[in-house]
Amino acid sequence: MSLTVRIKKQLGDFCLEADFTAEQETLALLGASGCGKSVTLKCIAGILQPDEGLIQLDGQTLYDSAAGVCLPPQKRGVGYLFQNYALFPNMTVRQNIAAAVTDKSRRRAVAEEKLRQFQLEPLADLKPAQLSGGQQQRTALARILASEPRAILLDEPFSALDSYLKYQMELELTEMLERFSGPILFVTHDQGEVFRACRRVCVMDQGRTQGVLTLRELFHAPGTQAAARLSGCKNLADAVPQGTKAVLPQWGLTLECDRPVPADIRCAGIRADLISPHPQEGANAVPCTVQRVIQDVFTTIVLLRPEGAAVDAPPLRMEVDRDARQTVENGSRLTVFIQSRDILLLK
Amino acid sequence: MDWYPLLNSLRIAAISTAAVFFLGIFAAHYIAKLPRLVKGVLDVVLTLPLVLPPTVVGWLLLVLLGPKHPIGAWVLDTFGVRLTMNWWSAIFATIVVAFPLMYRTARGAFESFDQNLADAGRTLGRSETWIFWRVQMPVCKQGILAGTVLAFARALGEYGATSMVAGYTPGRTATISTTVYQLWRTNDDIGALKWVLVNIAISAVFLLAVNLLESRKGGRR
Repeated sequence: MSLTVRIKKQLGDFCLEADFTAEQETLALLGASGCGKSVTLKCIAGILQPDEGLIQLDGQTLYDSAAGVCLPPQKRGVGYLFQNYALFPNMTVRQNIAAAVTDKSRRRAVAEEKLRQFQLEPLADLKPAQLSGGQQQRTALARILASEPRAILLDEPFSALDSYLKYQMELELTEMLERFSGPILFVTHDQGEVFRACRRVCVMDQGRTQGVLTLRELFHAPGTQAAARLSGCKNLADAVPQGTKAVLPQWGLTLECDRPVPADIRCAGIRADLISPHPQEGANAVPCTVQRVIQDVFTTIVLLRPEGAAVDAPPLRMEVDRDARQTVENGSRLTVFIQSRDILLLK
Repeated sequence: MDWYPLLNSLRIAAISTAAVFFLGIFAAHYIAKLPRLVKGVLDVVLTLPLVLPPTVVGWLLLVLLGPKHPIGAWVLDTFGVRLTMNWWSAIFATIVVAFPLMYRTARGAFESFDQNLADAGRTLGRSETWIFWRVQMPVCKQGILAGTVLAFARALGEYGATSMVAGYTPGRTATISTTVYQLWRTNDDIGALKWVLVNIAISAVFLLAVNLLESRKGGRR
């Protein structure tokens, strides 16, 4: 079971180029809003038609511009969880789920089974407008599974939920997804959701997919600036390779790396939580001035200005545990340490 | 009192409303999918009867359907039926003037319909016909009902084009509106008043129905 997508689509002056394969797994499609994630999903589901390319599911061709194949959405067997869930407002929960079963003889049985499986029996006779966000999502998922899809597409499934409910639904969703045998595409802009729900991730930037990475790769070797930014890396600066060193002119820094810096590296990234105020052996020491200290919920964010930084350079951002924080004051001097292995080398 | 004008007005309005119901929904559904330019042009053409004086509509209909004009002459030669000056001739006039009301309200309702619902139906394996009748129409029900009532009320009150296309023959083509005019012309104020009251009563009931539909729509959302 796998889903192969290799498509191009021109939308005004925006060009979408998606190229990836999802195995029997939950593959995250991670990108900033407006980068073409939803359009990609809609092309796979058959709601939109790409200009050219190929989409194959489980060995079956859903779309192939060269062969002139383009199956209608009804024939694709691809379940789509819409951001607003798209429940039919004129039908009850039970009717919504039953609507997904085209085989009349099995309609009742499948609907009742899904109602039970998703613990929706007490809500079966309510209309979608009477349900909470979480209940609506559960109904939408039950409806999708009632249609017996071979692949499932999730379009920002948690964007409409508040944070407590979101956590609950994440648990429910990941549990449900583990039981599904087939590729699942999970579109999101939140690296935390990716981390909790998936093992592999496809990064998308300005309409282009950038290959599939494992979670480890995403956080330790994202490869590109866009991937590093989407993985939550807060400190990004232009870099010039110099042997095993990376020169960061903006911050007036020359950082020692634990590996040779390839010649095509243009940018370096440093995660805010991997910068330490404690002296460490073999680490790069960076003398700075503290610009600002911000208390966050669980961490303290310290904005630093490296000595020798250009006037218009952005601050270097350090995040330390709230408890472990030292007394740092605005304007005081502080030397921070960056391990040579923690420098992300990016194209 | 001869109740023929009431019966005639009601059947003309009922038949033309039934026709306009399907024509309006059909037009609204298909025109919404057309490219913007074509849509704009068709929109103007189809809405024109709403703003044109009824006499202009009547004149245009006579030019098409009159016994000395192409279509009317052909039908008369082929079937021996004259399209004008029958009780049902008024239906042509009422369809043309009531159509824009149905078309515009249905289009408004369809345009506010969430396309994700249709796409959800498609990915769940449902046909376009199923989606249209089981999801889109029920979701847009209030707007479509309001359009139907408005179209009926307009058809019932039609005077200008009707009097030109169907004329006024007591007991044959007389409607409430043409009867009121005729009675006023012949100084029968009492007779005119009776029909005026009948007309006001029917119209009031229909407007009440529209308001009820609208307020139910507002309460639900």
